Amino acid sequence: MTPPLPVTVIGGYLGSGKTTMVNHLLRHADGLRLAVLVNEFGELAIDEDLIEAEDDDIISIAGGCVCCSFGSDLTGALLEMAQLDPRPDHLLIESSGVAIPSAIVGSVSLLDGYRVDGIVILADAETVQMNAQSKYMSDTVLRQLSDANIIVLNKTDLVAKSELSETISWLKQQNPNVGILDAQHGVVPPQAVLDSFLEKPASSGRYHHTQNLEMTTLIPDNPCDVEGLAQHLASDAHGLIRAKGFATSLTGQKMLIQVVGNRWDISDAPDHRADGIVCLGYKGEALQSASLAT
Amino acid sequence: MTDTIIYAARKIITMNPSRPVASHVAVRGDRILAVGDLAELDTWGDYKLDETFADKILMPGLVEGHAHKSEGTFWRNVYCGYFDRADPDGKVWEGATTIETVLDRLKEADAQLDDPEAPLFGWSLDPIYMDNTRVTRADLDTVSTTRPIGVLHASGHIMNANTRALELGGYLKTGINHPGIPLGTDGLPTGELFSPEVMTPVAALVGFDRAKADGDEKGLWDFGRLCVRTGVTTVTDLAARLEPDGVEAMLKVTGDNRYPTCVVPLKAFMGATAAETVDRAVELKGMSSDRLRLGKIKAFADGSIQGFSARMRWPGYHNGAPNGLWYTAPEQLAELYRLALAASVQVHTHTNGDEATEMVLDTLGPALMEVPSPDHRFTLQHCQLADAAQFRRMNKLGMCVNLFANHHFYWGDEHYRLTVGPERALRMNACRTALDTGVPMSIHSDAPITPLGPLFTAWCAVNRITASGRTQGEYEKINVAEALYAITIGAAYTLHMDDEVGSIEVGKKADFAVLEDDPTEIGGENLKDIRVWGTVQGGRIFCAADL
Repeated sequence: MTPPLPVTVIGGYLGSGKTTMVNHLLRHADGLRLAVLVNEFGELAIDEDLIEAEDDDIISIAGGCVCCSFGSDLTGALLEMAQLDPRPDHLLIESSGVAIPSAIVGSVSLLDGYRVDGIVILADAETVQMNAQSKYMSDTVLRQLSDANIIVLNKTDLVAKSELSETISWLKQQNPNVGILDAQHGVVPPQAVLDSFLEKPASSGRYHHTQNLEMTTLIPDNPCDVEGLAQHLASDAHGLIRAKGFATSLTGQKMLIQVVGNRWDISDAPDHRADGIVCLGYKGEALQSASLAT
Repeated sequence: MTDTIIYAARKIITMNPSRPVASHVAVRGDRILAVGDLAELDTWGDYKLDETFADKILMPGLVEGHAHKSEGTFWRNVYCGYFDRADPDGKVWEGATTIETVLDRLKEADAQLDDPEAPLFGWSLDPIYMDNTRVTRADLDTVSTTRPIGVLHASGHIMNANTRALELGGYLKTGINHPGIPLGTDGLPTGELFSPEVMTPVAALVGFDRAKADGDEKGLWDFGRLCVRTGVTTVTDLAARLEPDGVEAMLKVTGDNRYPTCVVPLKAFMGATAAETVDRAVELKGMSSDRLRLGKIKAFADGSIQGFSARMRWPGYHNGAPNGLWYTAPEQLAELYRLALAASVQVHTHTNGDEATEMVLDTLGPALMEVPSPDHRFTLQHCQLADAAQFRRMNKLGMCVNLFANHHFYWGDEHYRLTVGPERALRMNACRTALDTGVPMSIHSDAPITPLGPLFTAWCAVNRITASGRTQGEYEKINVAEALYAITIGAAYTLHMDDEVGSIEVGKKADFAVLEDDPTEIGGENLKDIRVWGTVQGGRIFCAADL
C-alpha cells in the first residue's frame, strides 16, 4: 500500500510572503518532488527561472515539481493530484489570503490517500499586528494565526529587534503553543517547514539555511507511552519546531510519531523500524536528548 | 415593400412615461419602429398588420438581472422541491411536501433507469418546510443501494447522499472529523453533506459538475425555453467561468436563429488575479454577439446568510453562529475595481451580509477617487441586509442594487426566527428604501435557487409575504408600477442595456413579454398568477405552447 501523501497548508494574509516562501522551497526541493496547489495562477505564482513548461492547468518546474491552480474547487484539484504520475512526494496548498486554514485541513482530511503534515502560516513582521486589527479582516487574520502549527514570521529585516520580540510575544499570546520561525524573504529551513525533508540525509548541503536551528536524535525508552511522548514534544517546553521518528508502545507496537509545532500525530509503523526521533529546534533551548525525554 | 409589421394588442404597457399605454407597435426587423395607435403608425408607410396578439397584453421583454444557466441544466434531474415548478417543457411538477413524496419521486426515476449503477441526482429539496426533517442515507437507500444518489438542497449548500454514493465518494468510513459531515451512532456519516467542498466527491459522481456548465448546450437551450415561459427576453448568467470552449458553445447556441433569449454571462472573479480577470473581460467584450453579451465581471465578497457564511456587522447572527467568511479580500477587490474602472469593465459584486456590503462601499469609494467614472453602474447583487445608511452611500457612489426579493418569500420565516432575527428580517431586501434613497434597483430570483419568473419576483417585492403567509416588513413594500419597472428598465439599467431593452419605444429591440393578463389591472396580490403566452425577442415570436 502506498503511504498517504503528506499535505502542508501554507496560509497567511495577503502580502505575508506565501508565494516567496513556496518558491524558496521549490528552489531547494533537492530531489523531492513537490506539488504546489495555488488558489490562482498570478503573474508571479512561480519564479520564471524555475518554470520548465506551462499550460492552462499545470506548470512544470525544475526538479520534477509541479504547480496547479485550484480556483474555487480544492477538493476537485486534490482528486486530480492523486492521479499524477509519477506521484509527488509532498503536496503544498498555498491558500488564498482570506482562507481559513483549518477548513482546508478539514477538506483534505476527508479524502483517502492524504495525510495532513501541518499548517504553516506566514506573518509579515511589519504588518501582522496591524492586519489583526483591521476593520474587516481582524477575525480572519486571528483565526489564521490560531490555526497555525508553525508561524513563519517573515520580513524580520524590516523591523527593529525590540519590535520583533514584542511581535513574537504577541504571536505567542494568539497561539500559545505554536512553533515560530523567523525569516527574511521567505527563506526558511525546508526541513522545518515540510516533514518530508526530515527523512532525507543531512549530507546534501540542505542545512545551510538552518540559521539558529539544530537537530538532535532522541532515543526513547523501549517501551514507552508513545502518546504521552508525542504530546510532550508538541508542548511548548523545548522550542521544538518538528520531530519525526519511531518509538515502541507499551503494548510492543512500533509507532510513527510526527510533531509539527503544536500538532502531533501517531500511527502504527512496521516493526523493523529502529526507535529514534529526529528533533529540530532552536539552539540553546535545551534541545538535548536528556531533557527531551519525558 | 412591407418590411414593417404592426402588431395589434389588447394593451401595450410600454414603460415609457411619455406614451405609457398603446394599442399597436410597429416592428421593422429586430427593432421597434413606432408605438401608438394604428393611425399614428400608418404614417410610416406600408405595413403588414398582425393580429396574433390582438387579445394579449404586451410588456417590454422582462429582464432577469441575476440567474444562472443551471436553471436549464438541473431539469434533466429529479425535481424534489416543496413548491410547484414548471420545467422547460412547461410541465408543472407538483411540490413534494413530505420526505415520503420526495422518495417516491426518486423511486419513479430509479425505476426508469436500466443500468442499476447509473447515478441519480435530485435537486431543490428543502426540509425547512418539513419541520426540518433530516434526510439520511438510510432514507435514500430505500430508493437504491446499487446506484449513487445525491439530492441537492434548494439553497445549494447541502447535499444528501445514499450509502452507495458515500462509498464511491470515499466517505463511508469511521473517524471522519469534519463540521460539514455529521456522523450517525454507528460512527459513519449520516449522508448529509454541508458546504460545496464537502459535496464535491459525491456531486461529481451524480453528474453535478459546476465546471462543465458553460459548455452544456442542451442546458442553455432549456434555459432559453424557461425564459420564454416566464416572459424573459434578457437573462444574466451570474457567474460563469467563460473558458474558451464554454464561450464557443455559448456563442454557437445563442447564435442559432431559433434561440429565444439574449444571455448576459458575467466572468467570475475567482481563480485568477484581478489583472488577468479584467484583461479577459476586455477580450470577451470584443467577442460579444447580438444575443451573447460578454465583458462584465462578477466578484464575491462573502457567502450566504442561511449557510451562516455571510459577513455580518455587529451583533452578528441571531442564533449566535460565528461570523461568516470572506471570499475576496478588500485589497483584491480594490485592485479589481481600479483596473475594471480604468478599462470600462462593469463589476457586479455579491454581498449578502451587511458587513460585506460595507466593505464594498469602503473599497469602491477610493477606487472611484483614483479612476473617476461617472457612469460605472457597479452593482451590488443580493445585498440583502443593507440598511438605509448603506443605501444612501450606494447612491452617492453611483452604485446600483439588485435585491433578492424571492428570498424573502422562501426563507423569510427562517431569517426572522433563526439567522438575523425579527428587526433585520423586516428590512431585508429593502426595496422601498433603495428607491427612496435614489439607488437604481432591480429584483431577482437567483434561479435555480428560486424559480425563474420576474412576475413572481415582482409579486414578492409588492407583497413581502413569507412561505408561512406572514407579511414581513410592511414598510419595505413597493407598488406594482415600481415592481414592473424593476423587472424591465430597472434590471436593464444595471446591465448598461437600458438604451436597447426594458421599454417599448422607438429604436429599441422588439422584445416583448406576451401576457394573457394585465399586470396593471390584476392587482398586486395576483401578480404571480399572470399567465405568460410567450415572448417576442428581436422581432421573433416565441409561443410557450409551441416550444
